[in-house]
Amino acid sequence: MSGEVIRRHTYGDARWSGDSVIGIASLSSQARDSDHIRVIRAGEKTASVSLEGYAALLTDVDLDGDGELGRAASGLPTIHKANQVEHINEGDILRLDFKKGFVKSLYRVGSPHNSIFATDRCNSNCLMCSQPPKDIDDSEMVAEHLRLVSLIPPTTQTLGISGGEPTLLGADLFRIIAACKEHLPVTRLHMLSNGRRFADREYAAGLAQLNHPDFMVGIPLYADVASHHDFVVQAHDAFDQTMVGFHNLARYDVRIEVRVVAHKQTYERLPRLAEFIYSNLPFVEHVAFMGLEMMGYTKTNLKTLWIDPVDYQDSLEQAVSGLALRGMNVSIYNHQLCLLRRPLWRFARKSISDFKNIYLEACQECAVLEECGGLFKSSEQIHSQHIHALSAADLTSPGFG
Amino acid sequence: MSLDSASKPARFTFHPLESYRRNPRQYTLLPFRFMRFGASRFVLVNEVGEFIFLDEEIFRAFATKGLSAELPTYLDLKAKHFLADETSSPLLDVLATKYRTKKSFLRGFTKLHLFVVTLRCDHSCHYCQVSRQSEDRAAFDMKPSTARMAVDLMLKTPAEAITMEFQGGEPLLNFPLIKFMVEYSEARNQDLGKRIDRVITTNLSKATPDILEYCRDHKIGLSTSLDGPEWLHNANRPRPGNDSYARVIENIALVRSIVGPGSVDALMTTTRRSLSHVRDIIDEYVARGFRSIFLRSISPYGFAVKTRGKTGYLTDEFLEFYREGLSYILELNRRGIEMTEIYAKILLTKILTPFPTSFTDLQSPAGLGIGAVVYNYDGDVYASDEARMLAEMKDKTFRLGNVHDDTYDAIFKSPRLRSMIAASVNESLPGCSDCAYQLYCGADPVFHHATQGDMMGHRPTSEFCRKNMAIINELLRYIESGDEAMMRIFWGWVYNRRLAEEASCPAK
Repeated sequence: MSGEVIRRHTYGDARWSGDSVIGIASLSSQARDSDHIRVIRAGEKTASVSLEGYAALLTDVDLDGDGELGRAASGLPTIHKANQVEHINEGDILRLDFKKGFVKSLYRVGSPHNSIFATDRCNSNCLMCSQPPKDIDDSEMVAEHLRLVSLIPPTTQTLGISGGEPTLLGADLFRIIAACKEHLPVTRLHMLSNGRRFADREYAAGLAQLNHPDFMVGIPLYADVASHHDFVVQAHDAFDQTMVGFHNLARYDVRIEVRVVAHKQTYERLPRLAEFIYSNLPFVEHVAFMGLEMMGYTKTNLKTLWIDPVDYQDSLEQAVSGLALRGMNVSIYNHQLCLLRRPLWRFARKSISDFKNIYLEACQECAVLEECGGLFKSSEQIHSQHIHALSAADLTSPGFG
Repeated sequence: MSLDSASKPARFTFHPLESYRRNPRQYTLLPFRFMRFGASRFVLVNEVGEFIFLDEEIFRAFATKGLSAELPTYLDLKAKHFLADETSSPLLDVLATKYRTKKSFLRGFTKLHLFVVTLRCDHSCHYCQVSRQSEDRAAFDMKPSTARMAVDLMLKTPAEAITMEFQGGEPLLNFPLIKFMVEYSEARNQDLGKRIDRVITTNLSKATPDILEYCRDHKIGLSTSLDGPEWLHNANRPRPGNDSYARVIENIALVRSIVGPGSVDALMTTTRRSLSHVRDIIDEYVARGFRSIFLRSISPYGFAVKTRGKTGYLTDEFLEFYREGLSYILELNRRGIEMTEIYAKILLTKILTPFPTSFTDLQSPAGLGIGAVVYNYDGDVYASDEARMLAEMKDKTFRLGNVHDDTYDAIFKSPRLRSMIAASVNESLPGCSDCAYQLYCGADPVFHHATQGDMMGHRPTSEFCRKNMAIINELLRYIESGDEAMMRIFWGWVYNRRLAEEASCPAK
């Protein structure tokens, strides 16, 4: 369970120069149509294999050295010599980019952490952004998102919409959500947004009018005052827009979650922020307090952001228990149990996406390893100095935590 | 453009906190009211009920616009909407939403409808306002024709969720009429689809298994009177045989076994005899399995005025009783014994939460007619229960009409009701308009008319004002002390949470 990280992409050589292909991975020859990409692993018996009807081929075999398979694949959009294909499962949805030979798993069968990455663009520039935005024109991606939605199995329990800032797609975002409602009527949809766009009441109404049966939007709030929030998200007027956005969404009964990241620039006012959320946003369904993910800008701004979680336990406990007392539904994400005060354990959730989740060597002997959410893969090098294995005796000692 | 700047887009430039501050040197004060709080502090309360305690020095700096933006207090004041440091902020709309939420008890209009199904009673309590020791059903029972008109009138209210409360006298003496009204309102509501809760306020002495099974089947709650231990209860509540206590205790058990464990609440009335026995009274409630108690002072109406010498006391004496009671209840909770003081719970909800309460006796505007209304046994409609009691003393100032003679509009849109309501807007009452506790308090035109001969009243000599100021002050003192265990108890009251509930929630 430690160290193993689930891969979400691979590279190979393209034997095709057309547009990219999105399709469902087929590891056997049973599903054979234009929605499927045949994936052949080295060692698979390929004598007299027929590839007719598939949308594309992905293999780690060198087709230039395999005459028979190479001939069978001729004329078929193909990526070969992929450096790894073992991570791909039957039913995964892949995107094959023939310009770069890049293969991305857009959807992984059985994972609870599938997301549509709606756009790379963002109108904020948060100090701790784990996926820094790119100012590129990605308007054509919408067609790919719709294609992806049409291929996802309707039995999927939850699906995320993330980014970038999804609302920058404007009305195209509504097309994606409407497609989810149509093709995935029982799939819970959770979108991450900075909420600023919803300051436009009509846009909020537009989202509500889609009337998705199981939709929630998670919106971050980093302070109870505009200046501090705007500083964290590096955008003027963001706080005001987000606050109005919260209220507009509530007006139209869109379900909302608040997300707070605890770090050096936010921890001092967490108890005040909790009070602020209760008195100004009592309608939100859930409040999540999260730890830093050591990716993207967080590494750039590490000095500005890093504080050992052990050193903000006072603030975190006040904020979390304050909200719980006020009848609010609270969770703590990506914090290791050994760093959290014992009264906070019941709020801790195993929240890190499976493909990013690790445990340290020190964790292996821990008595609550199974209950603990572990660390982000990115935190392997930078993490609290206080992470340690808990013993069974620790758990029962009265003063613990 | 150099290659270097091209490879390093503006994205990677981060700006310091200072560049996101607004105009701290030009902040403006948002509306709030304030009051001294102890020797060197002030309490400030804004238009939506958010409060903050400030040391005198800081308060002066803030009020004279000299508070430094770097101080945490500056940020607290901004976050709580006591100051604004931008020229115009969309957050003022959020403030407007909060104001509407605080006043949302007005939505839907009259929600509580009280029906006096008889004035007759088997008790002769000294503090009772109105009941009669009489066998004359014709003179003091509500007639079915009146009951039907009263229910028709009730169902005209725009409120989606309403409560029917049957009272008296002793309403169980006229139980057939209650059954008629329950079934008539159920039948008529089939088309209307309102949510109707029903409750009977009764001394329970006439409760029978038949009656209670009916209550169970029709989801009718019961509210009874328990004034304290046996000696006190029987002294306060005389009846033939002097067995009021024995009957109510026995029948509380009967109600719980037939209707359900949480189906009966009890109310206590404080008399002069009660004053030095608050702990005994609370202990009695604990012993009888109640988890809440409402420490109520006596109303200056009905027989209570005539018998003042016997039952009455000064507001200050009641306050001493209340403070001791509240402190004892908190002590019990700390020891793990669950007990909520209802008046404190109502005030704490107003002080600590963004929401209003449904308690019509402490609102601005008051609940007169627009929050609650009383249909008397003779069909007369009154703006409140106290208004009806006043009428029994020949003062019909607050009579709104009669179910037989007047239309819904004539009763609920009358100039008379409007003038009562106007006298109950504490935002504009002398002495209330600049009071720090305005948002937490209310107004009571009936009380002030009865005690001071003027609906608006004179605050410096008002017992209503004296009592509420003192109790709000007491609660704020507890809150200011910041005692975590106590705040846990207070929030538990606000959210009806069991003491163990929060602590024992298993990890997920």
